[in-house]
Amino acid sequence: MNRIEARFNQLKADGRKAIIPYVTAGDSEPAVTVPLMHALVEAGADVIELGVPFSDPMADGPVIQLACERSLVHGTRLLDVLDMVAEFRQQDADTPVVLMGYLNPVEAIGYENFAQRAKAAGVDGVLTVDLPPVESEGLMAALKAEGLDIIFLISPTTSPVRRKAICEQGSGYLYYVSVKGVTGSKALNVDEVATYITDMRHDTDLPLCVGFGIRDGEAAAAVCQVADGAIIGSVLVNQIAELSDRPQEIPAAVAAIIKDMRTAVDAA
Amino acid sequence: MSTTAEQNNSLSVPDANGHFGIHGGRFVSETLMGALEELEALYERLSKDPEFQAEFDKDLAHYVGRPSPLYHAERLSAHCGGGQIWLKREDLNHTGAHKVNNTIGQALLAKYMGKPRVIAETGAGQHGVASATVAARLGLECKVYMGEEDVRRQALNVYRMRLLGAEVIPVTSGTRTLKDAMNEAMRDWVTNVDNTYYIIGTAAGPHPYPKLVRDFQAVIGRETKHQSMAQIGRLPDAVVACVGGGSNAIGMFYPFMDNTETRMIGVEAGGFGLETGQHAAPLTAGRPGVLHGMRTYLMEDDAGQILGTHSVSAGLDYPGVGPEHSYLKDIGRAEYVAATDDEAMDAFRKLTQIEGIMPALESAHAVAYAMKMAKEMSPDQVIVVNLSGRGDKDIHTVAQIDGIEM
Ligand SMILES: Cc1ncc(COP(=O)(O)O)c(C=O)c1O
Repeated sequence: MNRIEARFNQLKADGRKAIIPYVTAGDSEPAVTVPLMHALVEAGADVIELGVPFSDPMADGPVIQLACERSLVHGTRLLDVLDMVAEFRQQDADTPVVLMGYLNPVEAIGYENFAQRAKAAGVDGVLTVDLPPVESEGLMAALKAEGLDIIFLISPTTSPVRRKAICEQGSGYLYYVSVKGVTGSKALNVDEVATYITDMRHDTDLPLCVGFGIRDGEAAAAVCQVADGAIIGSVLVNQIAELSDRPQEIPAAVAAIIKDMRTAVDAA
Repeated sequence: MSTTAEQNNSLSVPDANGHFGIHGGRFVSETLMGALEELEALYERLSKDPEFQAEFDKDLAHYVGRPSPLYHAERLSAHCGGGQIWLKREDLNHTGAHKVNNTIGQALLAKYMGKPRVIAETGAGQHGVASATVAARLGLECKVYMGEEDVRRQALNVYRMRLLGAEVIPVTSGTRTLKDAMNEAMRDWVTNVDNTYYIIGTAAGPHPYPKLVRDFQAVIGRETKHQSMAQIGRLPDAVVACVGGGSNAIGMFYPFMDNTETRMIGVEAGGFGLETGQHAAPLTAGRPGVLHGMRTYLMEDDAGQILGTHSVSAGLDYPGVGPEHSYLKDIGRAEYVAATDDEAMDAFRKLTQIEGIMPALESAHAVAYAMKMAKEMSPDQVIVVNLSGRGDKDIHTVAQIDGIEM
């Protein structure tokens, strides 16, 4: 059993929901990332989604786009991100880490090479935003060979046919994109999300997590009434942006947001 | 005349998933998959619908002014000494470039889909102008994304778009050029997918765009074949076109695919020279990767980050290229070369002074290479250059190079 499955099994047994923070690796500078990851776990994060910066993050709004730019200024490469995960693993053997990013940096080092190095670093799952299931045969095989999960997005515009395919091919958990738009664009509609998630349970036994547009504890708690977890990105990245000239303050400030979310979700 | 069935050739790409060999495909976020599937289904139907095709042809004839002439540039040919240079005059189209062939087609798709709003990305502004034009004509709301750097160097086209009623949004992310404008247009589309049609301006992007843009632009090559037979008595020895995203080139090449006696040559932007790294020539100097929804040759660093590009012409200043060109390179059917900024500027001046035709700086790259080729050819040999656009939009750039304040 890998860390993702173990974590969701444990949460289920405890009757709790997953809080999944997203931060871009190397934002606002590379030295921030590992301490930030530990602080997030300390504050109650169950899984960490670590963004791999890309020069052209087409599916992201300005908030994460700028995070990529801040990270790339320091020349953060995919291999550097893997080093960060390896460093994180020295002190944390249990918290699942999912890399989230775009395909080209992965292609640049090769699928198999990437999968082996990611496994060795202690990565548990990979979400490649611009790689839909129809194109993913090669990467999926490489990840499977290393026992890594491939995590797919499902959106409100996903057709029933494609949803079925995604549910069959995905592993780890499924990431439901709760708004039509890019990351950070607008607040989600909880009722619509609830309807969709309930319906999706017919297609899969995988944990269903919801992301895009969750800005506060209230929204996270509402989402977790129906979903297995809430993914929180842009509010955290905004906080990092505000503190980019005082990077040493980033871990505590960002963790505080997650702590609030944790409290709200657990209280609901 | 322009049914896509007729355009089929023995290569029959792309396949059902939009692949041209290893290139192409549909590498987008799940949030866009629905819209692309819808567009694909609609296009599959309409491309076989005689009524749609008739409407497209009628617009090309009466609104764009097609067919565009095939002109023998006799004085330029004599100047080069050698082969004959002929020009396919896409610069004479309404709005001044080949771009309008595609926007007419895609605006019709928007109309059939009942979308009241269109968006577009633009580099040189020609595609933005062509999109704003068709939007005005159909009464559609139009928003054009343009890199801040291009807004500056193509000021005339920015004002044209605004006069036509379009909103021009300067894009400040990344390198502030065409690739960033395309990112921004994609983001808009994801957000407003219910009421918005995205008119991509070149034969690139996720499936089905490379295919449908090619089909709409293929009128260029079809006319060229007919005109060559009528005016020259045979097909040309070579067709030459500049390659930014690759739409004017693929439009010229596609109908010639099975005519292997005709060489097909795409000219990329060599910028300050390939050896400087300051260029926009992914086919000549890049490697395959994934960007903007497709696998194709790209300019990228070792870590897979997309590199900034340089070209004197905004319309060629793009780190990727349409996937069909990548395929044609791989199978060796087409050849790809580069012309530098200086060579393009020289060709711009020569064509202006010797033929009285002022080409777009993009098109000047194709002219530059054709002039080089002609010198090596015999007088009975024929090169057709796709003169993709006129140069009015570039007067500021040229004046600046000449040190003239305007
Ligand atoms: C006149 C002209 N030619 C060529 C191009 C390059 O585009 P493509 O390679 O798609 O033909 C442009 C793009 O803006 C243009 O305006």
